[in-house]
Amino acid sequence: MTIATAGAGGERSLWEKNKWLLLRRTAQFSILFLFLLGPWFGIWWLKGNLASSVFLDTVSLTDPFILLQSVASGHAVGQSAVIGAVTIFIFYFLVGGRVYCSWVCPINVVTDGATWLRNRLKLNLSWSVKKSARIWIMLMALAVSAVTGTIAWEAVNPITMLQRGLVFGMGLAWVIVLAVFLFDLLVTRRGWCSHLCPVGAFYSLVGKRSLVRMNAAERQACTDCGDCFRVCPEPHVIIPALKPEQTTDTSVILDSDCTNCGRCIDVCDDRVFRFSTRFG
Amino acid sequence: MGTDFNVRGRISNPSPCKYKSGNPENVSDKQNTLNRRQFMGQCAHTVGSMSILGLLLGSYSKQSVSTPAWAIRPPGAIAEEDFLGACVRCGLCVRDCPYDTLKLAEFGSEVATGTPYFIARDIPCEMCDDIPCVAACPTDALSKELTDIRDADMGVAVLTGPDTCYSVTGVAHCRACYIACPIKDEAITMEQKRVGTRTYFEPTVHAGSCTGCGKCEESCVTDEASIKVLPRHLAKHDTSKTA
Repeated sequence: MTIATAGAGGERSLWEKNKWLLLRRTAQFSILFLFLLGPWFGIWWLKGNLASSVFLDTVSLTDPFILLQSVASGHAVGQSAVIGAVTIFIFYFLVGGRVYCSWVCPINVVTDGATWLRNRLKLNLSWSVKKSARIWIMLMALAVSAVTGTIAWEAVNPITMLQRGLVFGMGLAWVIVLAVFLFDLLVTRRGWCSHLCPVGAFYSLVGKRSLVRMNAAERQACTDCGDCFRVCPEPHVIIPALKPEQTTDTSVILDSDCTNCGRCIDVCDDRVFRFSTRFG
Repeated sequence: MGTDFNVRGRISNPSPCKYKSGNPENVSDKQNTLNRRQFMGQCAHTVGSMSILGLLLGSYSKQSVSTPAWAIRPPGAIAEEDFLGACVRCGLCVRDCPYDTLKLAEFGSEVATGTPYFIARDIPCEMCDDIPCVAACPTDALSKELTDIRDADMGVAVLTGPDTCYSVTGVAHCRACYIACPIKDEAITMEQKRVGTRTYFEPTVHAGSCTGCGKCEESCVTDEASIKVLPRHLAKHDTSKTA
């Protein structure tokens, strides 16, 4: 899509232009494949699904947002689920909460696909939804869990529907996945992941103070081409780092909506972006 | 949630130019200053949208609480109304069931999506001594308090078809359910009955000992099983199990 222009440091290779995207897809499919090793080949390294799993029969991992809903519903919470949720929490607290969204979540592949097709078909109509909607939906899911005594969001959550479907049996779960795809394709640009999904909202809060960050380190090399804004699922996070009000402002992207997907590094011909810590 | 349709250009996300041009003070003034009417309006908008979504989600998730009678929960499962708040739908119990008895409900089935169940007529519970499904559960949705599988309370077998049962109707001296029962002579006995001049043996379930494993239902030779495991509250027995 991007016409190669020789930026600082000369022509970039095809690998440089797609490195982080490919690494991300590799991570997403590897994690899914690890879950499928059991049912497909009888190799039970990673058992369960994204809600809760056991790695090598010892390490338990649990989605903290699902466990939080369970706590809200007021029912018994098991010890290994708590340990698993704390483990996951610490991991995303360090690497960035929404790393879950861009490096693990299988729905990300679906919505990236929808966005790609939306761009190809030049579909311009976008029903605007406030980004704060997902925070409210997250709070709503917790409230509904408390009132009904169930883990409410799991009744509809497309992420676990798709992943559980692939690992245990799909049933009609593809309907929900298709709905998300069509919503992002036809209704709202980046509608699901960037506006509505309460799981992403939760992980964004987990990563509020995370260590690993995107950094517009070479922002003085920016030629205002807009490639990063076009490709970024959360473009508002780039502005304070790339176009600061004062030149002394940090070039680190500190907004926890950033998914650390690294696509901005890929598309930037001026080599503005790189990964760094939150301290620069 | 703003709900206005707007036609935008190809690039419907903010471009850096938009933020460089214009007076930045005006932009922040517009965003930060709300009069009370606007503020109340926005609050009402958010509360309203979320209430509608919440009611839909709540009624939908509550609807799935009514699990059908043919779906039996694994041993140790806590009361159904608590189960849906405790079970995280991970399927670890399903993975550790050595007999492939347990299934994870798929979206669109009558059982709450992602929760474990089994159908006794297909593959009943083999009542493992070490209860691996309970051991696998990360959340105590399958209660660790269950240490003796004989204390399990998955349901109660009921002779639902006395009119088809071979032994009761006298078609044959069948006692398949009795033989299949892992706790025979305690959970099922063949009780001698006499009607008029005819003597027959009726499979009789003793609810205090029956775990609801479903071996009897699986083994029943009639087309439609004449003995079935039902949830305890449907079986009309005393709802407290005292084994």
